[in-house]
Amino acid sequence: MGKTVRIYVMGREYEVPEGLTIMKALEYVGYRYIRGAGCRAGFCGACTTVYRKNGDYKLYSGLACQTTVEDGMYLVQIPFVPAEKPKYEVSEIKDVEDILRVYPEIARCLSCNTCTKSCPQGLETMDVIQSILRGDIKRAAELSFDCIQCGICSMRCPAEITHYHVAQLVRRVYGKHYLKKSKELERRIKEIEEGKYQEEIERLMKLPREELERLYKEIRR
Amino acid sequence: MSYPEEMRKSIEKVEETRDERLGLEIDRMSLEEREEILKKFHPDYRPEAKREIGIGPNKGDLAPNEVVDLLESYPIVDPEEVDLSQVDYDVSLLIIGGGGAGTVAALWAHYSGLPVEEILISTKLRHGDSNSIMAQGGIQAADKPDDSPVLHYLDVMGGGHFANKPELVRELVLNAPSILKWHEDLGVMYDKDEDGNMLTLPGGGTCRNRLHSAKDYTGMEIMRVIRDEARNLGIEVLEFSPAVELLTDNGRVTGALLWNMETNQYYVIRAKAVILATGGFGRLHIQGYPTTNHYGATADGLVMAYRVGARLRDMDSVQYHPTGAAYPEQIVGLLVTEKVRGLGAQPVNREGEAFVHPLEPRDVEAAAIIRECYERRLGIETPTGMVGVWLDTPMIEEIHGKGTIESKLSAMYRMYSRFGIDMTQDPILVFPTLHYQNGGVEIDEKARVLGESGVIDGLFAAGEVTGGVHGKNRLMGNSLLDYNVFGKIAGESAAKYCKSNGKGRLTLDHVIRYTEALKKMGVPENRKSPLILPDYRGKKVLMRTLDLF
Repeated sequence: MGKTVRIYVMGREYEVPEGLTIMKALEYVGYRYIRGAGCRAGFCGACTTVYRKNGDYKLYSGLACQTTVEDGMYLVQIPFVPAEKPKYEVSEIKDVEDILRVYPEIARCLSCNTCTKSCPQGLETMDVIQSILRGDIKRAAELSFDCIQCGICSMRCPAEITHYHVAQLVRRVYGKHYLKKSKELERRIKEIEEGKYQEEIERLMKLPREELERLYKEIRR
Repeated sequence: MSYPEEMRKSIEKVEETRDERLGLEIDRMSLEEREEILKKFHPDYRPEAKREIGIGPNKGDLAPNEVVDLLESYPIVDPEEVDLSQVDYDVSLLIIGGGGAGTVAALWAHYSGLPVEEILISTKLRHGDSNSIMAQGGIQAADKPDDSPVLHYLDVMGGGHFANKPELVRELVLNAPSILKWHEDLGVMYDKDEDGNMLTLPGGGTCRNRLHSAKDYTGMEIMRVIRDEARNLGIEVLEFSPAVELLTDNGRVTGALLWNMETNQYYVIRAKAVILATGGFGRLHIQGYPTTNHYGATADGLVMAYRVGARLRDMDSVQYHPTGAAYPEQIVGLLVTEKVRGLGAQPVNREGEAFVHPLEPRDVEAAAIIRECYERRLGIETPTGMVGVWLDTPMIEEIHGKGTIESKLSAMYRMYSRFGIDMTQDPILVFPTLHYQNGGVEIDEKARVLGESGVIDGLFAAGEVTGGVHGKNRLMGNSLLDYNVFGKIAGESAAKYCKSNGKGRLTLDHVIRYTEALKKMGVPENRKSPLILPDYRGKKVLMRTLDLF
């Protein structure tokens, strides 16, 4: 083994090769994931890990699959985030008042910025909530777009807001009511419904391979 | 982390040739040239990597060794040990798999008249943990004035080497625009212009700009919206409860056996219809390749369906995505979306030379990169011995302006930044990675699963577990489309089936028969499937493991 680092998994010390991700390090020392691993590529939010480092008071968070182990890391993964997800009908939710009816607790935001500091995606989480309160749906939707819904913000929020659920609603409201609908898309759907392409495709379906190859080359000129 | 000295020297050459390459368009290969490079360099053409399946409807067909091993395996559940008389969940429709296809199927089954209480989704990990959520680049649909479903059809067929099942391709391309419209109505934030029309980019093997995206989180955006919708409707999802076997009544599928991974308890599910939406096989690491796939992509659905007599097709072809990350070590194999090339980044060798058009179909592009590394030996070696070629990402900002990468490729930018690489300034190193199961369970245009003598009653399938839509090679942006179109069709078909059919008996007779056939073949008794999850535990630990309770 080359260079190694010492990590503490829920307090127990292990020595692992340097350069591994937290996820691979845990597997290296013998853990087999059931919870805590999903896409293994930074998109699903299943592997949120909180940790402290030797001699450092700060509580860090990161994705186990996207964070390299460091010497002296004390770490634990969050297997599940308990959070209420209200049911709603997006077509009925159009503005801030509607959103506040679904998630009244966002008005309790203390602007402490703990959510922002805990976000493993580095998003401006507090600004998402504050933008909603100011009525800026677009900004809230765009600022939260890269959210992977790991829920760590909601575990740390003193106002007990579930930011990742709130942001999901805001993006859907923005996508549905604020982004314009595509006219090109509607035109094409109408054409298809009128059967404009049906016949030509049915014809192609019966063609021998050589004929299809010829057409395939032709559309590339 | 940044780049070590040796790699840095090659980057200097890439920088020297960049201006010249910006004006240069490499010719695309002819169909004949494509065939030749594939035969010589694509991993699919290595005969030792495959063998004939020795059992079942596809006996004699070639498939990767890793797949054949699973098909030629004994069940993990002994039929004698389970009590099927006590039903834990009694529903009309069971959907196995909580990724894209399963979720879309649930929604459309409900839209087609099935009450939500009559629908149950079971899934191995959490709802949404799937390859669907990881797709970055986009989704195809021919909605632009210069495009048409006919052109889309030809592209899909040509990309698939004309081996696709035509009626499935027809459904794929004709349903594409209405799927995007459905997404719009649900509130998916597609990239649009000021008038609301979709922004589109080219993809490998598309003759028009047909790729619609939501930054480079397209799969995540679609998945989280449809999941939110399923949660709003109150569709029940059993998480960490993979199916381990289907249940049958005289050849008809009537339910499934689930296994709670945390308590080890099994559940008996009785249903009128079952939709298989279990995804692909990336975590089998075919030929030892790293993979872009999620943790649970272990081909369980293929195995379960095969035991009830489903026919498979195109299992001899495997998709290696041309650009998996090759450096740094922590992210080896992870996806570098094709959108990076769609936006103009060229693959470049050690000497700073472009050697292939950036947007050939995936198999051709992958073969060209392998040739550059292992025949021409013009790849770049990393300190851990991995070899790859550069993908010249700084070109993107030269073409589209500063800030493009952070705004349009924020997932990629974030991933590389986490490991100390600034892809707006430096190129990134890539090599092909195992990406997609091109083939799979054969379905008809109603998403009904086909066996040796026609439709298998009560069983439907959608998404990566199926074969035929993509022939021998899937084009970019067609898997998100596939799971939406066929998820929808499967949901509608299954709902219709539920209206005119009752419930059946629950047996594992097919498993008993399959087991007998395996014994006759002389398959070693320790070979078991489905796999459920790969095992990445350290070797040293495994050698000293005691299984005490």
